[in-house]
Amino acid sequence: MAVSQMIGARIQRREDPRLITGHGRFIEDRTLPGMVHLAVVRSPHPHARIVSIDTAAAGAAPGVLAVLTAKEFHTVLSGTMPVAPAFAPDKKYVPPRFPIAEQEVCFQGEPVAVVVASERALAADAVDLVHVEYEPLPAIVDPEAAMHPGSVKAHTDGPDNIGWDTTFAGGDIEAAFAKAEVRVKERILQQRLAPTSMETRGVLAQYSPFDERLTIWLGSQNPHFIRFFVSMSMGMPESAVRVVAEDVGGGFGGKISPYPEDYLVPAAAKLLGRPVRWIETRTESIQTTTHGRGQVFEAEVAARRDGTLLGLRLTQVLDLGAYHGTFGAFQACAGLMAGGVYRWEAVEARSVGVLTNKVPTDPYRGAGRPEATHVCERMVDRLAQELGMDPAELRRRNFAREFPFTNNFGLVYDSGNYDGTLDRALELADYPALRERQAEARRAGRLVGIGISTWVEICGFGPAAPTAGATGGIALVESAQVRVLPTGSASVFVGTQAQGQGHDTTFAQIVADTLGMPLETIELRHGDTAEGTGFGCGTYGSRSLSVGGMAVQQAAVKVREKARQLAAHLLEADPDDLVFEQGRFAVQGSPATGKSIQEVALAAYGGSLPSGMEHGLEAVSYFDPSNWVWPFGAHVCLVEVDPETGAVRIEQYVGVDDCGTVINPMIVEGQVQGGVAQAIAQALYEEVVYDGESGQLLTGTLLDYLVPTMNEIPDMTLDRTVTPSPVNPLGVKGIGEAGTIAATPAVINAVCDALSPLGIHHVDMPASPDRLWRLMQEARP
Amino acid sequence: MIPAAFEYSRATSVAEAVDLLRRGGGEAKVLAGGHSLIPLMRLRLAQPTALVDINGVKELDYIRMEEGRVRVGALTRHATVVRSAEVRRHLPLLAEIAGEVGDPQVRSRGTVGGVLAHADSAGDYPTLAVMLDAEIVTDRRRIAARDFFQHLFTTPLAPDELVCEVVFPAAPGPHRYLKFRRRLFDWAIVAAGVQQLDGGWRVGLTNCGPTPVRATAVEAALAQGATPSAASAAAADGLNPSSDLRASSEYRRHLARVLTRRALEQAA
Amino acid sequence: MPHPLTLTVNGTGREDAVEPRLLLVHYLREVCGLTGTHVGCDTSQCGACTVLVDGAPVKSCTMFALQAEGCRITTVEGLAPAGGGLHPLQTAFWEQHGLQCGFCTPGFLMAATALLAENPDPTDEEIGRGLEGNLCRCTGYVNIRRAVRAAAAAMRAGAEPAATAVVGG
Repeated sequence: MAVSQMIGARIQRREDPRLITGHGRFIEDRTLPGMVHLAVVRSPHPHARIVSIDTAAAGAAPGVLAVLTAKEFHTVLSGTMPVAPAFAPDKKYVPPRFPIAEQEVCFQGEPVAVVVASERALAADAVDLVHVEYEPLPAIVDPEAAMHPGSVKAHTDGPDNIGWDTTFAGGDIEAAFAKAEVRVKERILQQRLAPTSMETRGVLAQYSPFDERLTIWLGSQNPHFIRFFVSMSMGMPESAVRVVAEDVGGGFGGKISPYPEDYLVPAAAKLLGRPVRWIETRTESIQTTTHGRGQVFEAEVAARRDGTLLGLRLTQVLDLGAYHGTFGAFQACAGLMAGGVYRWEAVEARSVGVLTNKVPTDPYRGAGRPEATHVCERMVDRLAQELGMDPAELRRRNFAREFPFTNNFGLVYDSGNYDGTLDRALELADYPALRERQAEARRAGRLVGIGISTWVEICGFGPAAPTAGATGGIALVESAQVRVLPTGSASVFVGTQAQGQGHDTTFAQIVADTLGMPLETIELRHGDTAEGTGFGCGTYGSRSLSVGGMAVQQAAVKVREKARQLAAHLLEADPDDLVFEQGRFAVQGSPATGKSIQEVALAAYGGSLPSGMEHGLEAVSYFDPSNWVWPFGAHVCLVEVDPETGAVRIEQYVGVDDCGTVINPMIVEGQVQGGVAQAIAQALYEEVVYDGESGQLLTGTLLDYLVPTMNEIPDMTLDRTVTPSPVNPLGVKGIGEAGTIAATPAVINAVCDALSPLGIHHVDMPASPDRLWRLMQEARP
Repeated sequence: MIPAAFEYSRATSVAEAVDLLRRGGGEAKVLAGGHSLIPLMRLRLAQPTALVDINGVKELDYIRMEEGRVRVGALTRHATVVRSAEVRRHLPLLAEIAGEVGDPQVRSRGTVGGVLAHADSAGDYPTLAVMLDAEIVTDRRRIAARDFFQHLFTTPLAPDELVCEVVFPAAPGPHRYLKFRRRLFDWAIVAAGVQQLDGGWRVGLTNCGPTPVRATAVEAALAQGATPSAASAAAADGLNPSSDLRASSEYRRHLARVLTRRALEQAA
Repeated sequence: MPHPLTLTVNGTGREDAVEPRLLLVHYLREVCGLTGTHVGCDTSQCGACTVLVDGAPVKSCTMFALQAEGCRITTVEGLAPAGGGLHPLQTAFWEQHGLQCGFCTPGFLMAATALLAENPDPTDEEIGRGLEGNLCRCTGYVNIRRAVRAAAAAMRAGAEPAATAVVGG
């Protein structure tokens, strides 16, 4: 295949050979000589005062090197864990959080002590010997109850439980509602979810006292941010700390923010002078890795009888858990995106973040945008039902059609063709035939439903100006360094960090095209803060390609343009007269006269450069996008509900998405498949459940937290349209979160459609058989 | 997680296993397939001080047909039951149930005796044993299944007593076992089993109480000529299953009726 | 107290002394240095630790190493033919994009190996049943199903393991 056709080609992933042969490099695979093992003593109570901690028995246990509590950690760690100010300018109570509890524990699983031992098993044994005396305190579990004045407080010394209370006003909502000919109102739950990457978290740290250097290996979505935060807490120069993430077994948002162990393990390594490793168990993971969603929406739509949308008013109550997640407030963006793909006269969204005695919530795949889409698409379907209008037709009547499109909050959608994806999805699903099939089934007393979801998301974070304020100073730009070596191979350094997204392949495809070099001569390096450019913001929010990939492309262009200057010098030609094709500069009109990029590379390290030109062939580029990018699509789902048991079966699933220019269609398709599966998991299976009274986690293992198997996930018919983004030269958008954003409303709309003959208008997630059975019982006379 | 430390010994005969259990003084547990025990140990919800590994007791790994009875050695793996031509011919319901236990990896290791001795109300073999009046044979006695499952995780087994065999009547006739669950590899929320035997029907329910349930009211109604639909209405009579994350008590009772009816319809 | 353990791992005989509580997965990872077998849960659900014990698929986190006395263990590192190249399942997972983060992949490969050994031409439903003991969080399983289908077809056609692997489309 010609190198210039790499973009858009279905290239097999370069990551895979090591992963399919058992030679991946995950955190638990890494050991160091002299390494010792850390285990965490965690609170069994959701809320309690720590009366005393007796470490004597644990300290005397076989193999135990140290038992450390907040007192010891205060000697090497300072400050509190970070909370980004994103999206909630009216932040109210932000409880300070030290990585380990000192006087009060506020969620089940919060660290109170750590044990370090020569073997992992001995560390686990000694955990049971640390005697912590607790005075249990009342726990607040329900976020809506926690909002009430006089509620039990999640932190005894807090003023109340209100983390923030912000209203986004987009237009004159009263005026829009005053025109309403019809209104629909619904209360919509977004249950708590556990991201559940198949690899749990883990941290390995080595401190060298002689040169005061710290190295941390961990499974992370953004090693640079971890270095930023941990170096500050440990009072070390950022440059003296190296953070390395090698293969990371999935993230989905759960590996973005810094965790207590990210501080405690390096601190223990410093205190003990030994390499220290901690590997999270699955039980710990479900208990302490940040959860996602955990929200309740009250939504109301105003519309005309002809289906014209007028106003959308909603309140989001977001269960923060015991502390603000570092990026937890980002989920308030649900309000800004709740208008979806439609034109509204006004949208008003209030977001209230509420503290409870549960593990903190933070972004989980889609973070705020799945919630926005779910609310919007559910409400549009509710309206269609109310008006007796076909839901596809109601959508078409209200689509935004002129781009760039400015939504009610001033956000500018870069490009779109919402009719295009909906038309294609309905065509692939054979929508008229589906409706026919449904009518026939209904006549036979069967409950068959069709769900449509048309979605748009904001992604590709940057740009610099709005994001620097949101993170507390660091702009979410991305940088890349492209270095061509003398023999013509290239090293590419980026600040994003893949956890299965295939950057090693797609970013190399971009470089291969830009420099006309064979793919196998391009090496991608990421995940090591000791390499490459100054900072990287990591991989989440479908940003890696449209920000990081663009930095790669721009750095490669810089290299190419320097190479052009040098080639012109070598060919004694004007640079403007050179044509660059298939990795070769040739003089226009005399194609036989030319220099390959490899020949130019060697010359760049040689002795005959043009005057004023520096040696080497490399470039750094920082990419700051001018806007976000706005992928979109339409999904259609057909379900059948067992009228006796409430079991839901997905009969057909169609998704048509548009993420602009596609670098590697195989990877894009894989991202959608995985995202849709996670959304089906939310729609039908998964929920983190705490006991409403005791605050005890009830879904603490994969036996109770229902990650679906292959048997629960149907085959999918997927397709794409291509509407390039004007925001970047390649025209790319993002696709990592599309599935989770698009699919929960498609599935739930289908379930609701199936149950509509019984007069059921709304079903919350997960639409489990017992929940549907109860609803059907209540609906039946 | 890593289990707490324990003493390990390996038996190669029933006599040796019993002797080792006896020497464990009530603290020793039997290690067979380990698929109930090891996860509990990893969570440290179980911390036995000694394990007697009976995987080497080859004399307990067998399936034999004898005088209209199917005898299954306690160490027989689920996968062996699934593949057994004898079981498929003489008690196909047992093979069907074995094929629905856990997942292929669980079926490779898990044993029939282990499931019976664990006496989980969500276990599948216990229901079959109760509904077919099977006998559980230990190293020292024979116990009728209806007397064996006393309560959740509770049996009359002495600490040093080893389950050696379960004896089912042969029943090649119409049968069905329907397991209702969220994911295919989960335990049943409720399951219903039906088997035609000696001209009548046997009906059993899984996870509808602390022990397996034999739905005698359904059996009686069927004997009097009731339709599956009419008979299954009595499936939940007298039952008070517990409520949990997956199902309320009321929903379990409902499922018991629905699954019983469907099992009867599909078996016929 | 350590007990002696004799077994065969990927064709090589081994003799070790191990603590009774050492799980087979930790024996493979920490004693044998075979880190391709992963631990993803505590309760025998996820299947990332699946290996073959005497040819049968087993979750190596739910078996003590001592229980493998005298057994033949095959891990993902032993799946490819000794002479190099890839097993048809490995090839198919690569070609069909049957993995993303790759953490669950060794378990899927081993469970699928066992499935195809017993059923060389499985239907989609049979593939689902064969792999019901393995969880994947990245792929949505669609391409895993495709990969197993493709590998089954290749193996039925008598595919030799590829001598060399080629990147490129």
